[in-house]
Amino acid sequence: MYETTYHRASSVDEAVSLLGKAEDGKFLAGGMTLIATMKQRLAAPSDLVDLRHIDAMKGISVNGRSVRIGAGTCHYDVASSAELRAVCPALCDLASHIGDPHVRHMGTIGGSVANNDPAADYPSAVLALNMTVITNKREIAADDFFKGLFETALEEDEIITAFSFEAPEKAAYAKFANPASRYAMAGVFVAKNGGDVRVAVTGAGSDGVFRHAGMEQALASHWSADAVAGIHVDAEDMLSDLHGTSEYRAHLVKVMAKRAVAAAG
Amino acid sequence: MTKVTLTVNGRKMSGECADRTLLSTFIRENLGLTGTHVGCDTTQCGVCVVHMDGKSVKSCTILAAQANGSEITTIEGLSKGDELHPVQAAFKEHHGLQCGFCTPGMVMAATDIIRRHGGNLDEKTVRAELEGNLCRCTGYHNIVKAVLAANAEMYGAKQAAE
Ligand SMILES: Cc1cc2nc3c(=O)[nH]c(=O)nc-3n(C[C@H](O)[C@H](O)[C@H](O)COP(=O)(O)OP(=O)(O)OC[C@H]3O[C@@H](n4cnc5c(N)ncnc54)[C@H](O)[C@@H]3O)c2cc1C
Ligand code: FES
Ligand code: FES
Repeated sequence: MYETTYHRASSVDEAVSLLGKAEDGKFLAGGMTLIATMKQRLAAPSDLVDLRHIDAMKGISVNGRSVRIGAGTCHYDVASSAELRAVCPALCDLASHIGDPHVRHMGTIGGSVANNDPAADYPSAVLALNMTVITNKREIAADDFFKGLFETALEEDEIITAFSFEAPEKAAYAKFANPASRYAMAGVFVAKNGGDVRVAVTGAGSDGVFRHAGMEQALASHWSADAVAGIHVDAEDMLSDLHGTSEYRAHLVKVMAKRAVAAAG
Repeated sequence: MTKVTLTVNGRKMSGECADRTLLSTFIRENLGLTGTHVGCDTTQCGVCVVHMDGKSVKSCTILAAQANGSEITTIEGLSKGDELHPVQAAFKEHHGLQCGFCTPGMVMAATDIIRRHGGNLDEKTVRAELEGNLCRCTGYHNIVKAVLAANAEMYGAKQAAE
């Protein structure tokens, strides 16, 4: 790892001001992506501004079906929240299958979403649950947030502070995990609220997480695993790498979508 | 440079290190506690697992500066003098190790699994929860047996004490 200077912020404002003074600084949350990347010398920020001790960014609150999750909440706390499980078990299940227990104790929902790795799990939930991404500057709708591989609408000095959404009637996430890394080779998050259906696909798309309009329409008119079976998933839009060809991923997307709908009930 | 102060295995310990120093390096080189191992560069093998404020973490992917002020438990902190911790005793009894390289991380992971599940453990859960710990020798079978046996021992012992 190249040299860096560490700063610990105790509030969002302090974090922004510390980053403003740095030459080429970065926010640090759980570090499960950033420190790992710095170890490989693929990132070399001059300064790190640690957000992990900002209490206002942590915790889950559920009010009726309105959910708010602090961006600094770690995967383990999302996975094990009884309050959240009561209204949206799909999100707890998603979090419980990220990496391993040690990664889940450190990694945060904010870090995962800000990073927007094309194989990460959370971006699919943000999109399918139509979350509002709350930052220190504004509120961003899920549909306006993701901008392609590792790209988001966030500005350099913008911090995600929380996510909010209305828990849908039905939701589930199904992922085909890469057997080595456990990241998604294809992950599909489905959510249904009355006639409104959202289907978000991660791990597979060549442009990162995306919604599949064909599946959404099919499921809106008929909510069943059979309804997605006949929908075409275009291999042209899929990633292709040593883990799987684009045709393989296109097939996986359909299988995961069927499993997710079946699991959502 | 940063001055890092940790409570390690119940004792306050400090050291000076560069900000980029990893917690695993700090524990091994500044504090001289070499029971915590380092086996990979990719946060995947889990031989570096310690507990930070009571939760298992991979110390190779945390800066010592990030951990500053926290409570750390390493493999050296589990036994009471010559008396092995029940998880250590179970690994010995059930032959849960061969070369022993992965063992400190396995034991630290196992104690965390048992803590979180409070006695409610089955084989499937143990295997899933050992996702972040690799062993090149044992084939995992005896490790899983040891974790289940330690769980029964600790949970049984807890019940008996009530
Ligand atoms: C072994 C291993 C297995 C993994 N498996 C999976 C998996 O199966 N699925 C999966 O989805 N992920 C997986 N991950 C990644 C993991 O979920 C990370 O925790 C996550 O991607 C990043 O979260 P973090 O809190 O660690 O962020 P960091 O690594 O600290 O930061 C990541 C990026 O986000 C920025 N950032 C962090 N917080 C904020 C914020 N609040 N506002 C704005 N920017 C911010 C940082 O500046 C940085 O650029 C794995 C990681 C490891 C090491
Ligand atoms: S040395 Fe930490 S995970 Fe391998
Ligand atoms: S006992 Fe040798 S690596 Fe596990």
